[in-house]
Amino acid sequence: MNGQTPAKDHDGIAIEVHGLVKRFGKTTALDGVDLTARTGTVLGLLGPNGAGKTTVVRTLATLIRPDAGTATVLGYDVQRDAHPVRQLVGLTGQYASVDELLSGLNNLVMIGRLLGISRGEAKARAAELLERFDLTEAARRPAKTYSGGMRRRLDLAASLVGRPRVLFLDEPTTGLDPRSRNELWSIVRGLTADGVTVLLTTQYLEEADQLCHDITVIDKGQVIATGTPDELKAKVSGQVLAVTPADPGRVPQIEDILTQRHRLAPATSPDSGTVTVAVPDSALVPALVRELDEAGIGIEELALRKPSLDEVFLALTGNRAPEPEGIPQ
Amino acid sequence: MTALAPAVTVAPSRRLSPLTAVANTLTLTWRSLLKLRTNPEDIFGLVLTPVMYLLLFTYLFGGAISGNVHNYLQFELPGILVLAVIFSTLGTGQALSEDIRTGVFDRFRSLPISRSAPLAGAVLGDVTRYALSVAITLAFGMLLGFRIQASPLAAAAACLLVLVFALSMCWLSALLGLVSGSARGVQWIGSLIYFPLTFGSNVLVPTDKLPGWLQAFVKGNPLTFLTEAERGLLVGGPVAPAVIRTLLWSLGLFLVFAPLAVQVYRRRT
Repeated sequence: MNGQTPAKDHDGIAIEVHGLVKRFGKTTALDGVDLTARTGTVLGLLGPNGAGKTTVVRTLATLIRPDAGTATVLGYDVQRDAHPVRQLVGLTGQYASVDELLSGLNNLVMIGRLLGISRGEAKARAAELLERFDLTEAARRPAKTYSGGMRRRLDLAASLVGRPRVLFLDEPTTGLDPRSRNELWSIVRGLTADGVTVLLTTQYLEEADQLCHDITVIDKGQVIATGTPDELKAKVSGQVLAVTPADPGRVPQIEDILTQRHRLAPATSPDSGTVTVAVPDSALVPALVRELDEAGIGIEELALRKPSLDEVFLALTGNRAPEPEGIPQ
Repeated sequence: MTALAPAVTVAPSRRLSPLTAVANTLTLTWRSLLKLRTNPEDIFGLVLTPVMYLLLFTYLFGGAISGNVHNYLQFELPGILVLAVIFSTLGTGQALSEDIRTGVFDRFRSLPISRSAPLAGAVLGDVTRYALSVAITLAFGMLLGFRIQASPLAAAAACLLVLVFALSMCWLSALLGLVSGSARGVQWIGSLIYFPLTFGSNVLVPTDKLPGWLQAFVKGNPLTFLTEAERGLLVGGPVAPAVIRTLLWSLGLFLVFAPLAVQVYRRRT
């Protein structure tokens, strides 16, 4: 018989990570990462490509061993108690890791059997999940015939066969169409309503804003900010001015005025022709409007608003914010 | 959301029982065999390879080497048996590298299952493929006119022996699969090793018809011993020395490559 260990007391904290360090050869992927996820919430791990998001997830899912630091899931240490941790977590990686040669049904039955469920129960559980993820019709087709969105759903279903209490989602919506993305979001919300803790990595700020209770921003293997989406937005002082000229040809002129006269750092969206700029002091706005008027630039739209998470990200990382393509508005 | 609700009550177990490890291995063997049923290309390769070898080599070399096709078939079929099975061991490494590439391995490793089950399950499933390959080669050979001249018991021993050897070779293939990172890589490196090994033997041509320097290589090649043993067990002739040498080679290959493959696999795990 397996020795049972009592559930540990973990004070409403599902995931706790302290000083995590991981090196791959000479590259330091994680350089002392700390993070905490409260039970039943979504923690967003936000950062540009190569920031170390996947390494955090893989460490927590017991796939790689850290060089230093500790990580616990529901009170179990991912290194010392890897086996108990594996019984509590589900993982959906960046790429749908399903067996492409097996049918969707058999993929799920296989996982169920591996988790020690009887054949009959495994089939019932698979059918239930296929139904939930709208894959019943495709259940008996090999997974290689599935569309990208279907594969992702199957992959997510596979990580839920064992009813995990903590779920890791590594960039779950990258490359998904808006409908599939919305479906996934609603599934994640449903899971947290049931008490599941979700750690989600994403490059999409809108996703983090919509879905996450807390956000940890990492860059180059280090945590650079933590907080709720609102707290993070408040961290960037001041407001954002968005100017759209009637004639898109005048954009360079607006940029000139902002950079040279006011030493500001504007960014222009090539699609809408809108110039946005963080203004430290809103008293600056009337002067700017006057200068634009004097330069004879007709304004189609002008707005002063709180910074978006994109702009927060930009301010925090000093990098370009990740491209929001694939998340059509 | 009942379909997704987490299990709350059960505390996780500390360790994996040996019984669970066996069950995990059998589940993954089932998975490996399932692919055979659902993947027509796989079946095609498994069936067509020996059929193609037999047709091609029998009619291409038959007259030239043995004077007539029937004599050559009696000589060559045990060798084709070896050829077909040995080449099908490449599939083991290809499947493993594919599992690594697609992330299926990561999925397995994130589950509370036996660490060695994915490797053991893959190998066990493949032994069935090798058996199929043996059966097809023998059946098609007999259709072309091959006659088993030794006792049925000896013939059964022939089938078993080639499977034992394949079971050792597949660990080399598994190692290639674990280190090369792609199915194409396995195919590539595998071919570099397998071609000289298989064709540089007495599989297709009697050793005494070869130039001296090649004879030296052929005489030391384990596949030469295996083929000799197969010939003895299927059509008659001396058996014991070749069988013993084959078994020793099998053991040696197993002792070298199985621990190496497991080592590499563990390091990934």
